[in-house]
Amino acid sequence: MPLDTSFVARKFKQIGTRPLRPDGLDKVTGRARYGADYNAPGQLIALVLRSPHPHAKIKKIDTSKAEKLPGVKAIITSADLPDLTNGDRGMRDMLENCMARKKVLYDGHAVAAVAAIDATTARKALKLIKVDYEILPHVTDVDEALKPSAPVIHDDIFTDGVEPKPAKPSNNNKRATFGHGDIEQGFKDADFIVERSFKTEQTHQGYIEPHACVANVNPDGQGELWVCTQGHFVYRNQCAALLGMDISRLRVTASEIGGGFGGKTHIWTEPLALALSRKANKPVKLTMTREDVFRASGPTSSTSIDMKIGAKKDGTITAAHGVLRYHGGAFPATWAEFGAMTAFACYDLKNVRSDSIEVIVNRPKTAAYRAPSAPMAAFAVESAIDELAHKIGMDAVDFRIKNAAKEGTKSSYGPVYGPIGIGATLEAAKNHPHMKAPLGKNQGRGMACGFWFNFGGQTCTDINVTPDGSVTVAVGTIDVGGSRASIGLMAAEELGLPYEQVRVVIADTSSLGHNDMTDGSRGTFSTGMATVAAARNCIKELCKRAAKMWDIPEDAVEWVDGMAKPAGSNAGNFPPLSIKEIAAAAGNTGGPIAGHNELVADGAGVSFATHICDIEVDPETGLSRVKRYTVIQDAGKAIHPTYVEGQYQGGAAQGIGWALNEEYIYGKDGRLQNAGFLDYRIPVCSDLPFIDTMILEIPNPNHPFGVRGVGETSIVPPLAAVANAMSNAAGVRMTHIPMSPPRVLKAIEALKKH
Amino acid sequence: MRYEAPDNIKSAVAMLAKEKGLAFVLAGGTDLLVKMKAGMIEPDLVVDIKKIKGMADIKKSATGFRIGAAVPGVALSENAALSKAWPGIVEGANLIGSKQVQGRCTMIGNLCNGSPAADGVPALIAARAKVVVSGPKGKRTIAVEQVPVSPGRTCLKKGEIIEAILLPKRPPRSSDAYLRFIPRTEMDIAVVSAAVNLVLDPKGVVNDARVALGAVAPTILVVADAAKALIGSKLDAAALEKLAAACSAACRPIDDKRGTIEFRTKVAGVLARRAAEIAYRRAGGKL
Amino acid sequence: MSSVHVTTTINGDAVDFVCNADEPLLDVLRNRLGMTGSKEGCGTGDCGACSVTIDGRLVCSCLVLGAEVGGSKIETIEGMAKADVLHPLQKNFIAHAALQCGICTPGFLVAAKALLDNNPNPSEEEIRFGLAGNLCRCTGYDKIVRAVQATAKEMRGA
Repeated sequence: MPLDTSFVARKFKQIGTRPLRPDGLDKVTGRARYGADYNAPGQLIALVLRSPHPHAKIKKIDTSKAEKLPGVKAIITSADLPDLTNGDRGMRDMLENCMARKKVLYDGHAVAAVAAIDATTARKALKLIKVDYEILPHVTDVDEALKPSAPVIHDDIFTDGVEPKPAKPSNNNKRATFGHGDIEQGFKDADFIVERSFKTEQTHQGYIEPHACVANVNPDGQGELWVCTQGHFVYRNQCAALLGMDISRLRVTASEIGGGFGGKTHIWTEPLALALSRKANKPVKLTMTREDVFRASGPTSSTSIDMKIGAKKDGTITAAHGVLRYHGGAFPATWAEFGAMTAFACYDLKNVRSDSIEVIVNRPKTAAYRAPSAPMAAFAVESAIDELAHKIGMDAVDFRIKNAAKEGTKSSYGPVYGPIGIGATLEAAKNHPHMKAPLGKNQGRGMACGFWFNFGGQTCTDINVTPDGSVTVAVGTIDVGGSRASIGLMAAEELGLPYEQVRVVIADTSSLGHNDMTDGSRGTFSTGMATVAAARNCIKELCKRAAKMWDIPEDAVEWVDGMAKPAGSNAGNFPPLSIKEIAAAAGNTGGPIAGHNELVADGAGVSFATHICDIEVDPETGLSRVKRYTVIQDAGKAIHPTYVEGQYQGGAAQGIGWALNEEYIYGKDGRLQNAGFLDYRIPVCSDLPFIDTMILEIPNPNHPFGVRGVGETSIVPPLAAVANAMSNAAGVRMTHIPMSPPRVLKAIEALKKH
Repeated sequence: MRYEAPDNIKSAVAMLAKEKGLAFVLAGGTDLLVKMKAGMIEPDLVVDIKKIKGMADIKKSATGFRIGAAVPGVALSENAALSKAWPGIVEGANLIGSKQVQGRCTMIGNLCNGSPAADGVPALIAARAKVVVSGPKGKRTIAVEQVPVSPGRTCLKKGEIIEAILLPKRPPRSSDAYLRFIPRTEMDIAVVSAAVNLVLDPKGVVNDARVALGAVAPTILVVADAAKALIGSKLDAAALEKLAAACSAACRPIDDKRGTIEFRTKVAGVLARRAAEIAYRRAGGKL
Repeated sequence: MSSVHVTTTINGDAVDFVCNADEPLLDVLRNRLGMTGSKEGCGTGDCGACSVTIDGRLVCSCLVLGAEVGGSKIETIEGMAKADVLHPLQKNFIAHAALQCGICTPGFLVAAKALLDNNPNPSEEEIRFGLAGNLCRCTGYDKIVRAVQATAKEMRGA
C-alpha cells in the first residue's frame, strides 16, 4: 500500500529534540574524510590546463613535449572525450564545459589535462603544452550580450519562446512570461508607481572545500570514483554517460562534503579524472585549485532587472511587472525563469507579469546557488516595494501584510497556495523586539521577505535491523549540514526507538537505487519521507515476525512505543516483544529484517521568510556594518531545531556577503581578476553580529511530520533587507549589488550635491 | 629549488650574492609562498634568515629601537615598550593579513614586497625609520622610503639583505597612528591608508608632523603639505580641512579591483584626518 | 628539485620526514605524514583551514615550508584531543552545533585554542577578530562564537 504522506498532528517524542549529530566526533578531530583526504595506492596527480582567453578558436594543441617529460603518464584533450551524447544538448554542453572542443568560451575553460607521478611533474607538463588560439571578440555583461553588436557565442542558438522564431542566432536562448491579469489596467488604477532598474553582479557559492576526486577505471571498464558531491547518483549517471560506460559499471562513493550550496550538483573535472585514469590505467587524483574553483566551476548569474510596481493610496498593489535578464555563462540555461517565478511569490496580486530573458556570455557555466535566481529577483521586488510603501507613507511591514499571499491565493507563477507562512512571518516580524530596539547615529533598519519552493524528487532508503536490535538507515542523499541526525530522529520517532539506537549512513551508488541530489531543500524533506515509509515497512515486517513467534495471525499484531503488542485481548495474552528480542530470533522467523522504500517525494511545501536588518553606514567613506540581523522563517516542522537555526544563519550570512562585498570582477579583457578569497570577499567572523532566528511551524499538509525544506529561503531576503536598511541609514536607494563602499560613497556624494 | 638556513648574516649575503639563478630571502614567507603557489616566481635558491642570531630580537636602547628582520608581526604587539612608543607602527604591522599571517610575517618582508598598499610601511615612513642593509660591500643605513622604488621592486642590489629596522628615540608628547580602509573588517589589502606621526609642545601645539599615504601612488606618498597644515596648530577644524585637502590633492591612485580613483582620493583625506586625531590624542593632546 | 631532511616534533611525537625544498608544510602533513585533518581551502593563506601552531604561534601551514620546521614544536588538529578525551572546544563545537559541513572546523579549533591559550577571557569582539583569519561559509559564525564563549567560561571554571 503506498505511503499516505499527509500530515498527522501528534505529540512527538524525538522530533524537535536536539541530539548530537553522529558525524560530529570525526569532524572535530580531523578524522572525517573529505574529497581530497583519500589517496589510492599508486595514484597519479592530475592538473588541468585552462584557457587564458574569454573567447577563442582552438587552432592546435601540441602535447608532444609534455608527453615526453619523465613521470607524465597520460595527457587528454577533447580528442580523448568523444561526443557520445547523441543529440542531448544538455549532456553535450556538459561535455564541452568539462573540456573545450573547438572553442574556448571563458577565461578558465579547460583545454587539456595531465596525470603525472607528482604535482611538480604535472605542473611542468602543463607548461610544455602549446595551444594555438585564434582570439575572438568576447562579451561578459548580460545587457551587452543582448545588443545587436555583441559577438554571438553559439551559432546554433535561436531564441526559444519568441514568435516567429528568429532567423539569426543570438546570445538570447530563451524568453518566457509568467503571471495573470491585466497589468496595463492595473497601472492605470495605481495612485503611486515605482519604476527602477537593478543590477546584481555574479557571485560564487564560496564553499571552503575545492572540488576533489580520486578516479580509477580498470581495463575491464569497471570504474570507481571517490568524490565530494551533493549527488553521487547524479554524478555517476552523468560521468558514465559522458565516458560511454554503463551506469552500473561505475561505482561512486561520496566523501564528506565541505560545502556545496548548489555548486556541487554539477560535474566539472570528474570526467577528466576518469578519462585520465582510463588512459593511464592507474588511479588519478584531481583536486581543483582555489583559482580554478572560481574560474571554472559554477557561479551564479549576474543579472539586470527592470521592476515596475503600482499601488493605490490605501496600499493595495494594483499591478506589478518585472523583466529579468540572467545569464547561464557560456551555455544556454534557464535561470531567469526561476527569478521570474519567485519574484512576486510573496504577494496576492490581481495583475502581475514577469518576463524572463536568458542570456549567454563568456563566463563559466553557471550552476545553482542556494535558492537559485530568487535572491536577485527579491532584491528588485523588495526594494521597489519598500520605496513604494515609503512614497505612500505606509509602514514597510504593514504594506506587505496588506498584500501578502495566503492560503487560496493564486501565485504569480501559477499554483494556488495551501497553508503558507508569509503572513505569520510578517506578523512575527512586526512584533519582534528587534523592531523596537533603538537605533544609533548613522544607523538604519530595513526588512524584506523571501520565498523558495522546495523539491521532492526520487529517493530510495534502506532500513536494516541488526542482530542486536539496533537499526541502520542507509540513505542516498548527501549530508551537507547535519541531516544524518534529522533522518535518525525521524526513523527513531517512527520506529519508537531511542535516537542512539539508530545509525544513519550515506550509501554508495552500488548499494541503493537512484537518489536525486541534495538540492532544492529536499534532503530532510524527501529522505525523511522515504525513511518514514521504509520504517513503516520495517514495522510491518517486525510485526509479522512477532506474529510468527506467537503463532497468531499477522494482522493481530500492532507496533506501539517501539514494541510488538497483540492487538486487542482476542489476539492473546502475550507480553510485548522489543525489537531486540525480535531481532535475536530473526534467524528462525525468516532471516534478516529490513524495511525498504523508493518513492518520488511529492507535495514539497514552500517556505517563506521575513528578515530584519540594522546597518550602520559611515557617510564619509561608504563603509557599512551590519549591527543586528533577525531571520524569521516557516519550517513546517523543525525536526532538529538547532540545525534549522544553522541553515537560517548560514543563508543569511551568504546573503549579507552578496549584498555588501561579493562580486566577480572582469576586466575589459574578459578575464576574471579576483579568483581567490583575498579579493572575492566573503564575510569573515568580525564582519557579522549574532544572527537571531525565529522558527515558525505551519505544517506542510503533504508530509507526515509537516516538514518544509528550509535550507534555501534564508539567502533570498538579505540583499533587499540590507539595501532597505541602507536606504534608511544613509538616504540612498542602491540599485547595484554589491553595495560596496565605493558605490555607496558615490551615491551619498550624489545625494549631497542635490 | 634549494633551501638554505645559514646561522650568520655574512653567509646569507654570500649565498645570495653568488647565486646565478633566482634567489630570495625567506623570513615570514607569507608573500614568498603565495607568489610561488601562483607560479609568479620559481626560485632556484631560498635563504631562510630566521636562524641568524639576533634576527628575531627587538632591542631598546638610548638611541631608539632596533627590530630584527625575522621578528614576526605578532611579536611587536607583545613588546610593551614598542607598543607604547609607536602604537601606529605596531597597529600597522598587526593589520597585515590574519592572526595566522601575523604569526609569521615580518615588517621588513612587508617592506621588501614593494606593495604600495603594504600595511607595515606608512607608519615606518612617518616615523622616519631607517633600515640597516647588509651586502657584499658591507653595511649601509638608509631611510625606509628609499627601499621600495616601484610596485614590487626595491632598491636592493644583488646579495643585499635588510637586517634590521631602526626607530629613532621618541621625544615626550609624541605618538603616531595608522588607519587603513578595507571593505570588510579584516583580511583585505588596504584600499587606501594613512599614517600620521606627531610631536607636540607642552601647550599641545604640533611642532613636528609627518604624513604618509598608502595605496594611492606607485610607492608610499609622503605628503609634506599635509604635515605643514598641522604644524603650529592644535588640530582645529581648519587645519584638519587643509590636511585632508592636501592629502587628496597629492593622491595619484589607480582604478582597480579594490577601489576607484574617486574613492581613494576622497577617503585618503578622511583617513589622514582621523589618523591625525588619534595620534594627537595619544600624544596627550586634547580635542 | 632538492630534498630536505627534517626532524621535528608534531603533537608531542618525534617525526622525521623528507620533502621537496619548495613543499609547504601543509602538503607534508597531508601527503607524506597521512595527517589529513588540516585542510587546503585556498593554498594562499586566505582561509585558515590549514591552521596549525608552530612553537605556540598560530600559522597557516600552507605558508610555511616543510623545510623550515626542523627543531620546532608543531601542534595540529590531530593532537587536540588527548587519547579519547576531547578538548573542551571540540566538545562544545559539537554541543553548540558550531559546524555544519565541518571542513573549516579543524582550522577553527586550532585557531580558537590559540586564542584561548593567550586570552582566557575574550570579549565577543576579541573572539571575532581573533578568528577573522578562518573562513566559514555554512554557519554565519554565530554558533562558532557561542561555542568559544561557552568554552572560555567553562575553562575559567566560571
